[in-house]
Amino acid sequence: MLAFKLAIKNLLGAGLRTWLNVFVLSLAFVMIVFQSGIIQGWNIQAKTDMTEWEVGGGEYWHKLYDPYDPLTLIDAHGILPTEISQQCEDDQATPVLVTQASVYPDGRMRNILLKGIDPSQDIIKLPTAMMKGDSSVINALIGTRMAEATKLNINDMVTLRWRDVNGTFDAAEIRIAGIFHTNVPGIDNNQVWIPLEKLQQMTSMDGQATYIILKQGITSTPTVPGWIYKGHDVLFSEIDTIIKSKSIGGLVIYLILLSLALLAVFDTQVLSIFRREKEIGTYIAMGMTRWQVVWLFTVEGAMHSVLSVVAAAIWGTPLLYLVAKNGFAMPKGTEGYGLTIAEKIYPAYGVGTILTMALIVMITTTIVSYIPSRKIAGMKPTEALRGKVQ
Amino acid sequence: MDNSEIISITNLTKKFPMGLGEFTALNSIDLTFLKGEFSGVVGPSGSGKTTLLNIIGLLDNPSNGDVILLGNRSTKLSVRQAALVRRKHLGFIFQTYNLLPVYTVFENAEFPLLLLSMTAQARRKAVLEALEWVGLTDKIKSRPAQLSGGECQRVAIARAMVKRPEIVLADEPTANLDADNSHHILKTMEKLNKELETTFIFATHDDKVISYLRRKITLIDGKVSRDEPITR
Repeated sequence: MLAFKLAIKNLLGAGLRTWLNVFVLSLAFVMIVFQSGIIQGWNIQAKTDMTEWEVGGGEYWHKLYDPYDPLTLIDAHGILPTEISQQCEDDQATPVLVTQASVYPDGRMRNILLKGIDPSQDIIKLPTAMMKGDSSVINALIGTRMAEATKLNINDMVTLRWRDVNGTFDAAEIRIAGIFHTNVPGIDNNQVWIPLEKLQQMTSMDGQATYIILKQGITSTPTVPGWIYKGHDVLFSEIDTIIKSKSIGGLVIYLILLSLALLAVFDTQVLSIFRREKEIGTYIAMGMTRWQVVWLFTVEGAMHSVLSVVAAAIWGTPLLYLVAKNGFAMPKGTEGYGLTIAEKIYPAYGVGTILTMALIVMITTTIVSYIPSRKIAGMKPTEALRGKVQ
Repeated sequence: MDNSEIISITNLTKKFPMGLGEFTALNSIDLTFLKGEFSGVVGPSGSGKTTLLNIIGLLDNPSNGDVILLGNRSTKLSVRQAALVRRKHLGFIFQTYNLLPVYTVFENAEFPLLLLSMTAQARRKAVLEALEWVGLTDKIKSRPAQLSGGECQRVAIARAMVKRPEIVLADEPTANLDADNSHHILKTMEKLNKELETTFIFATHDDKVISYLRRKITLIDGKVSRDEPITR
C-alpha cells in the first residue's frame, strides 16, 4: 500500500513527463479499442446484412451446386423436394434458380449469373416486388454495382442470352425494372434477378431450383436427399476468414502501437533510475530494502497504465461513443472490393475486449517497468547516494 | 546521561578494488561510541571518513573486522535486517541534503515514519514536533526547490530526527552552507543531542563543525591517528 501511495506521489510530482507517457499510452489504448471495435462492428454488420439480404436463416443447396464453379450450374438444379416445397408455400423459404447467361449492354457482351426468385418473397430484403407488373416483358432487377458496371438504368432494355436445360441458346430483351442498393456484393456483382417462374420457363426447368433460402429463425433443417443444408457457419465462413485475417492484421497494429507506448514507459523508467540514483540511495539509507525500492519503481511505472486507462476513459469514451453513434464512413471504392462492407461501420466495443486490452496494457507496462527497475537490486547504496552508479 | 556503549568497532578494514590491486580506505580501526556522544571523524579528503560512516550506517560491509551497532553484529546481518536496523535506529544527514524533490517539507520529514507504519495522527504529531525543533513549521507545504540550502539541511535534520533514532550519522552536513546557516544547524543538532540524548557522529573537515564537537577522531590514510575529547 505504501508503494502505491509513494508511486502516485512520485508520478504526479514528475509532472509533464508522467502525463506525456500517460497520454501516449492512453492513445495506444483508445486506438486499439477503436480498431478492434471497427473490426467487430464490421463483422456484426456484415453478418447482419448477409443474413437479411442473401442467406436468410440458412440455405439448402442442390448437391451439385458450387458457387465458386460456374460449370456446375449446368447440372446444379432439381425439382424442389417435398419437405421444402411445403416450407416455400408457407412463406418459410424461397427457391432460387441460377444459370449462366450473357447481357449485351451497348452491344458489349457481359457474362452474368441469371437468378430467378419469387417476386412475392419476403425471406430476404432483395426488393423483388419491383419485378412485378407488366408480364409482357421480362422485368429484371440489378444491384448498383451491376448498374455501374453496365451503365444500365431503370427502364433500360437490354438483350439477354441464355441456354435452356438442353443447351439450346435463346435470347430476349429484358427491362431493368429496379436497381437496388446493398452492402452485400454476393447478390449484386454480375447478377441479374428475374422472376423465378419466368426463368424456369426460359430454361425449361419447371419447378426446379438451385438453392433454397430459409427464413430467419427456422430451426428445423431436415436431411433432404439430393440437397445439402448450409448453415450460417458455412455461409459466413468467407467473411469469418476475412475478419480473422483483418484481426491478425489488427494485432500487428496493436503490437506496434503498444510497443511504441511501452517503449516510452521503458525509456522513462531507465532515465528515471539513472536520474534518481541519489533518491534510491536515500530510500535505502532511510531503511527501505532494495526490493522495496524495486517494487516502488515498478509500481510507479505500472501506475502509468492505470492513469492511462483513466485518461483513456476520460477522453476516449466520448470520442468512441460519438463514432459508435455516428458510424465510421468507409472510403469510397470499398463497394468494389467484393466484400460485404457497409458504407458506414458502427464500431462495436465489447466490454470483454476493453477489459482484456486494459489488462494487457497494465501487465505489459508492469513488465517493462520491472525490467529496468531490477537494476536497483544490484546497486550499492553508497554509490547510489553519491549518484555514481552508471 | 547514560554512557552505555552504542557502537563498537573492532579491527575494521575496508579495501576497494583499484585497477589490478586494492586501495585500503580503512585500516584496522578500533573505536567505540557511547550513547549521547557528539563526536566527529575528521581528516582530509580521502582519509576514509565517509567510508567509516557508511559502514557504521550498515550501508557498506567491512572487508575485515566487525561493527556491533546497538547489539547487532554487522557481519551477521542480512541486507534486509540491516535495512530494518537503519529504519528503526539510524538517521542520516547528507552533504547534499538528499531531500525527495517532489515531496513537501512535511512529506519529506514524514517519510521515515511511513516506513515504520505509524498512524497518520502519530506521524503528524511527530513531524510537526520535528519541524518545530528546526524552526520550519511555517514551511510545511513548501517543496525543496523553494527552500534555501540552510532550510533544506534543516528539513534533512528534521527527517533524520523525526523517528527519534539512537544514532544520527551526518556526512559533511555543512559543506554546502554559509557560516550563519552552518552555525544555526549545528546549534540545532547540539540542542537535539542534549535534549534527546541522540548520538551524533559527523564526518567533516569543517572547522565550524569541529568547534561544536565533544570528541574528535582524526583519520589519516584510513587509520585513527588521534581520538581526543574536546572540552568546551
